[in-house]
Amino acid sequence: MFSNFQIFPEVASSMASKVDAFYFFMIGVSLFFFTLVVLLVTVFAIKFRRKSEDETPKPILGSLKLELIWTIIPFILSMVMFAWGAVLYFDMYTPPADAMNIYVVGKQWMWKIQHPEGNREINELHVPLGTPVKLIMTSEDVIHSFFVPAFRMKMDVVPGRYTTAWFEATKTGEYHLFCAEYCGTEHSEMIGTVYVMEPGDYQDWLERSAVASKSMAEEGAELYSQLGCNTCHEQETGARGPSLVGIHDRQVQLMTGELVKADDSYLRESILSPVSKVVAGFAPIMPTYKGQVSEEDVLKLIAYIQSLSYETAPSDIEATESERTE
Amino acid sequence: MSTTVEASHHSGTGENYLTAGYGLKSWLMTTDHKRIAILYLLSISLFFVIGGLFAVLIRIELLTPAGDLVSADSYNKLFTLHGLVMIFFFLVPSIPAVFGNFLIPIMIGARDLAFPKVNLASWYVFTIGGLFTFAVVLAGGVDTGWTFYTPYSSTYSKTAVGLTAIGVFITGFSSILTGLNFVVTIHKMRAPGLTWFRLPLFIWAHYATSLIMLLGTPVVAISILLVFLERVFGIGIFDPALGGDPVLFQHLFWFYSHPAVYIMILPSMGVMSELIACFCRKRIFGYSFVAFSSLAIAVLGFLVWGHHMFTSSQSIYAGMVFSILTMMVAIPSAVKVFNWAATMYGGSISYETPMMYAFGFLGLFTIGGLTGLFLGALGLDVHVHDTYFVVAHFHYIMVGGAIMGYLGALHFWWPKMFGRLYPEAWAKLSSIVIFIGFNLTFFPQFLVGYLGMPRRYHVYPDEFQIFHVLSTAGASILAIGYAFPVVYLIWSLVRGEKAGPNPWNAKGLEWTVPSPPTTFNFDETPVVTEEAYDYSRPVEGKVV
Repeated sequence: MFSNFQIFPEVASSMASKVDAFYFFMIGVSLFFFTLVVLLVTVFAIKFRRKSEDETPKPILGSLKLELIWTIIPFILSMVMFAWGAVLYFDMYTPPADAMNIYVVGKQWMWKIQHPEGNREINELHVPLGTPVKLIMTSEDVIHSFFVPAFRMKMDVVPGRYTTAWFEATKTGEYHLFCAEYCGTEHSEMIGTVYVMEPGDYQDWLERSAVASKSMAEEGAELYSQLGCNTCHEQETGARGPSLVGIHDRQVQLMTGELVKADDSYLRESILSPVSKVVAGFAPIMPTYKGQVSEEDVLKLIAYIQSLSYETAPSDIEATESERTE
Repeated sequence: MSTTVEASHHSGTGENYLTAGYGLKSWLMTTDHKRIAILYLLSISLFFVIGGLFAVLIRIELLTPAGDLVSADSYNKLFTLHGLVMIFFFLVPSIPAVFGNFLIPIMIGARDLAFPKVNLASWYVFTIGGLFTFAVVLAGGVDTGWTFYTPYSSTYSKTAVGLTAIGVFITGFSSILTGLNFVVTIHKMRAPGLTWFRLPLFIWAHYATSLIMLLGTPVVAISILLVFLERVFGIGIFDPALGGDPVLFQHLFWFYSHPAVYIMILPSMGVMSELIACFCRKRIFGYSFVAFSSLAIAVLGFLVWGHHMFTSSQSIYAGMVFSILTMMVAIPSAVKVFNWAATMYGGSISYETPMMYAFGFLGLFTIGGLTGLFLGALGLDVHVHDTYFVVAHFHYIMVGGAIMGYLGALHFWWPKMFGRLYPEAWAKLSSIVIFIGFNLTFFPQFLVGYLGMPRRYHVYPDEFQIFHVLSTAGASILAIGYAFPVVYLIWSLVRGEKAGPNPWNAKGLEWTVPSPPTTFNFDETPVVTEEAYDYSRPVEGKVV
């Protein structure tokens, strides 16, 4: 009946042991205060129990010294808790620069995952051991939340925007993936499995499970020409749209003079709602692609744009640079 | 306290607020704060039973990992209705609307609340809101969770969200009216000599609670109305498909719903001060610190809503601000607990039933409060957010704190309200059964939460089962514990011993008037000449 009973979750990511250490600290502090309160109440309740009906205890008004003690000590401890928690939190949501990207789209009630190499999976996620993995996530419908208890990792997956989280698996095995934000009828079946594999095994898996031999960027490139993006976003100066070469994660200047980073979210917004943040020097003439491309298509397009680095198109560097300074 | 009213004049002379009029009309048209309190007591008891039945079904379903008792949709409706009924129709009104209504005027030496008709109106508004909730059940239920997260609630749910939204919107106004009435009453209607720092701490707690009701409730009412507008008229506010922002809803919702937690717990803290003072026969240690900590909780409570959203895509720096403020709101709660413990020092402590609930409260609220720090600490919350750890934590506060306080209040003031004593042995036994049942129900949920069991799961992996079996066993014990008082309290109305004005030898104006009190509480306005809980002076109407 109670097969594989556990009292403590698996420790399978670089963050997991750090969260657990903090958890034990919190348990320690809590046990101390809980014991203190229970001890005080119990000892007083016994020692000062009513011995005769007409007792009149001596009134005690209070003590400023005690009030200060039990205000300041808990305050200091709570600030330690805050600081420790904040440092962990900052690390949890700051992916290392060399992390590999994996794209996640949640929908009622499944997880759709795509690797940059093009491999797709549903309700399964294969990752290599010891490699930081950054998840770029969005939802097609309601809010979901990507939760892997063994990694102590959780991030809401919100429609209309990208959210990111990262982890580095430290132990091979199979781990639960849960949807942690209530999302309707089959919320509790929006679950899956994370497979942590030796890097060599992961490469084998990538090859074995490849359906088409196209990477996400290649699929994006196809979409790019199918949708006719290239007719405007040409790479020479004077085109109707800005060149997209090397633009990913770089600062761009908008019509309003504002500088924004052309990150995944910005690119997504520019595809689905093009007139909201137009790059300086261009007219707001791009039509919206909302309804024509799915969230997964948008991710492919972004993967393609990300692949357009200067190295792949060296001749365009000058053009882009001059455009940027305009 | 020195008053011109001699309690003994009245005991046994017949007329009191219960016998002042007979027939349904005399109750439904009453403006007597005590009768309105009884109307609320009946209504919320009904809702507590309904909310409890939903909980029973949830616990039976979770006994096994598979979904075998009810369908996924039914399960989702059960936990939604359990939350809605327990929060909006039991916990929020519980202590304020029953004991606040009954006691605030008497404790401050007034004949009634400032606006007696508004008070009655608040009960009618509450009842109309309640009828909407019954209509929701008849319409097939609602499955959004009590949190109504968008865009699920505004676009995707196929259940009676609109009807529920109207019900919650309406019910909110009963709480606003009650809060308004209390604030004005406490400011304007205190008896001569009853200065702010002579007020019972029960009054301070209700003053703080009323401020939250007044300032917070309109925000949740508006947020729910916006969900309704988006759902019915397609106005894009929260759904990104309509150009809205789904996370905006969470900000608006928690701006009320976190302070609402303090609406539920502050009155219970006020009750604790009364119980501990009475059964230790001592003035509350550090009276002014306990009083101001209620206000500090009310103010800081409005600034911590974002701690429900650490994984929501809110900025991580916003998360840090909310975390540090959350840590700070824990301090006044800790101050209260230490002051209560210190009050016991050198006291004359007896263990009657209300004090048993106070002991229970101290232990359970401490666990609830400390585990709240786990959730306020950013890096740890990410893991336990939306798991059973959270479920365990807020039940320790809401059931272990608020309901323990409610039951303590019920047993403490029952003789005052109805003039009868209940059988002490049965009452004490049931308080112990409730304590054991509660811990067995909710403690395992901390463990299964850290293991990773998410909330609101109809089916779950096998390895979590043992914790759910323990929980369900505990819930069965808890249900038996709750059934006892229903029986012996009703029995006491008929067969209970007459209570007399002051069965606990307690201080406070409410114990100087007959049990049950007369319609206008006092024949002449009392004059207060001493501090609250001054047990070093003789107690009036003392039982010898």
